[in-house]
Amino acid sequence: MKYTSASERPKSPKMPGESPFSKLIRVILILAFDVGIVWFISNAVINDYIQLVVILAVIGVMFNVIFLVSKAYPYRWMAFGLAFMILFTIYPILFTIYVAFTNYGDGHLLTKDQAVAAIQKVTYLPETGNSYTWTAYKSGEGEYALWLVNPDGESFLAKPGEEIKPAKPGDPGIGKADSKGIPASLEGYQRLNALVAASNKDLPNIKFGLEGDQIIQIRSPKEAAELEIRYVYDKAAGSLLDQSNGDIYNDVFGTFTTKDGKTIIPGYRAVVGFKNFVEFVTSPALRGPLVRILTWNFIFPMVSVLSTFFLGLAIAIMFNDKDFPLKKLIRTFLLVPYAIPSVITILIWRGMFNSEFGIINRILDSTIGVSPHWTTEPIWAQIGVLIVNLWLGFPYMMLITSGALQSISAELYEAATVDGAGPWQRFRKITLPLLLVAVGPLLIASYIFNFNNFGLIYLFIGGGPPIVGASTNAGHTDILISYVWKLAFESGGRGVQYGLASAISIFLFIFVGAITLFQYRFTNMWEEVSENV
Amino acid sequence: MSSQSGSALSRSYERIRTSQRFQKRLSLAIRLVIALLLIVFAIFPVLWIISASFDNANSLATQSLIPPNTGIMNYQRLFNLDPTFRFGDLNYWAWLWNSIKISGITTILSLSITTMAAYAFSRLRFAGRVAMLKGILLIQAFPNLLAVVAIFLLVSQMGNIIPALGLNSHTGLIMVYLGGSMGLNIWLMKGFLDTIPRAIDESGKIDGASNWQIFTRLLLPLLRPILVVIGLLGFIGTYGDFLIARLLLNKVDQYTLMVGLQIFTAGQFDKKWGVFAAGALIGALPILILYLSLQDQIAGGLTVGAVKE
Repeated sequence: MKYTSASERPKSPKMPGESPFSKLIRVILILAFDVGIVWFISNAVINDYIQLVVILAVIGVMFNVIFLVSKAYPYRWMAFGLAFMILFTIYPILFTIYVAFTNYGDGHLLTKDQAVAAIQKVTYLPETGNSYTWTAYKSGEGEYALWLVNPDGESFLAKPGEEIKPAKPGDPGIGKADSKGIPASLEGYQRLNALVAASNKDLPNIKFGLEGDQIIQIRSPKEAAELEIRYVYDKAAGSLLDQSNGDIYNDVFGTFTTKDGKTIIPGYRAVVGFKNFVEFVTSPALRGPLVRILTWNFIFPMVSVLSTFFLGLAIAIMFNDKDFPLKKLIRTFLLVPYAIPSVITILIWRGMFNSEFGIINRILDSTIGVSPHWTTEPIWAQIGVLIVNLWLGFPYMMLITSGALQSISAELYEAATVDGAGPWQRFRKITLPLLLVAVGPLLIASYIFNFNNFGLIYLFIGGGPPIVGASTNAGHTDILISYVWKLAFESGGRGVQYGLASAISIFLFIFVGAITLFQYRFTNMWEEVSENV
Repeated sequence: MSSQSGSALSRSYERIRTSQRFQKRLSLAIRLVIALLLIVFAIFPVLWIISASFDNANSLATQSLIPPNTGIMNYQRLFNLDPTFRFGDLNYWAWLWNSIKISGITTILSLSITTMAAYAFSRLRFAGRVAMLKGILLIQAFPNLLAVVAIFLLVSQMGNIIPALGLNSHTGLIMVYLGGSMGLNIWLMKGFLDTIPRAIDESGKIDGASNWQIFTRLLLPLLRPILVVIGLLGFIGTYGDFLIARLLLNKVDQYTLMVGLQIFTAGQFDKKWGVFAAGALIGALPILILYLSLQDQIAGGLTVGAVKE
């Protein structure tokens, strides 16, 4: 093992000499890992998380190869990083794509088996069939009990949440029978007069009896009846029969639907093809807001990057002078916005921009007599967002441009001055082009960052004010990522919509990925990779 | 004549010089005034929040820069020491501690992951090395915050199997953070490792040291300064994260500081303004000091391409 130069290094390094003891430890550890992951995967199988099972299996195999095959030794140095990257960065991207093609969301959260089981628990009150006559009793605490008599003359006592039991007048706790054979009173309860009971609005809604055993509900002033299972599942046809009216519900992409469009909730999560994407194009209540959000999503980062860049550049040029007094101190003060976690400063700005009590409107009102409605008027909300982002972003631009300015050779300026170029020409022809070469990639990165600046939009204004006529809770300052958030996690409007949210996320991936790759080209990062090995 | 014209010339030179000096002074004065205005713009929100935190009235509506009834009541309220102010979801110490704990653990683990991977990329030669480096760069193009829906579903599914890895667990949150750690920092670290002469490794090898020993005993000590800077920046980044933490945590005691402050301010913000101000200040000051003391390193590191999140 003697190399005279780096180029003579072998292509794949051999496993360095390993003691039998450490080898044993390695095998034991990998076995323990295997036991753990197999247990985890089998639980994922039970829960029907098919995608998770696949990705965990991939990681499991990868770990075994990396730690057992000696040729894979270098990968041991990055095994955990790779595992986390696969599970939490690559897999979510793939899973997002999958979810975008499903109906996953409110009403379609369950698997097929779970949904069918839930639907089969639904009961209804038959309009005909077995019935009981009833008499109602009410306790001091406002609880009800029913005395039921079936056509055969057998009598029962029913209370909500308790099993319905046969009972006879005169049993313990039950009063003597009146002329019609019905107990005059129950212990703790008072009998309701038939007229009062018939006009009672609560009674018909109360379910007497024990869930899962036998439930009896009042159907009319004379009759009470047992609830029956409403839907019967035909496994072969995959359809449901509604016993109350004979409707047949067919399985249409995870939603049980009749021919005339009636549906049952819940459905189950299923692949629905391009339905989510089509909906965004065809439904006006979705398309209108999406177009607005998209437009703003391109304008907002553009204006933010330009405003912060030019303010930062102006400051950098102004103080690009070695003899400027207190330079360091001024820079430190100007860095303050950059040095505080932005979540905190955005919340501070939210308070200051409060239309009623905030300091900004108090100053504006007392000086020029206007107080814009920062949270309710779309244009002012957008301007507010841009002002806050200018404050948040200019120090960064100041830092990077002043660094780049110092790297521009002074000789260039001298030569230009000799040739008779004025300050503006020197700026246009020398400073700006050279600066853009140096900070261009950072400006692109800043554009991407602001393109997805969820924190600012969400914390400052929550994406508001709402867009009128939207079927989801879209707002005038929403950007795609905050809209995705609302669709997925805020159940306003149409409820939680993982499928629709993921469909938009795919657009985000494509756009952000494309710009970043363009940026890599711009910086020759790929070429560097190949050369700098 | 000649001497007269000569002195006239020197006088006019003198005039030009004084006017140049005057112009220079004027420009300096103007720039100082602009600097002052910019500083006011930059630090006004901070001054305003400092003033609010010492304003016992605790109200957005009546606050002025020098509060009339100064005191530390907002700080007492923040730590639930004021019996007249009760806010059910306020648990500031827990939030601060959660933030520090989560950021600290994430930083240490992600530093370990990136440094070790960077060692392999810099010092070992193996099949798929370049492809892997490019792949990491490619995946870096898709930050995991874009996949919020999938991450939420993934973590909740994991939590249904092992609750300690699921929603509302700090372990789950840290794991998601670590998923994003294989990125630009590997490049950065590999770059630094590449600048360390291989002769150091060779000398270790001759003495019979294993790769692990070379890494821990010889290279890590040399990397320490850069590890400290990258680590502090990583800590600040995780400390300030809102999206993923807000996504995964929904129990008051589990919040990080950023999530806690946001939830605290939701609704009736103007009546909790002073308490929020106190909490914001305590949460911001350590980071502010850390940042400003690191500003030269940060300015240097920025051109590498990292954007503050």
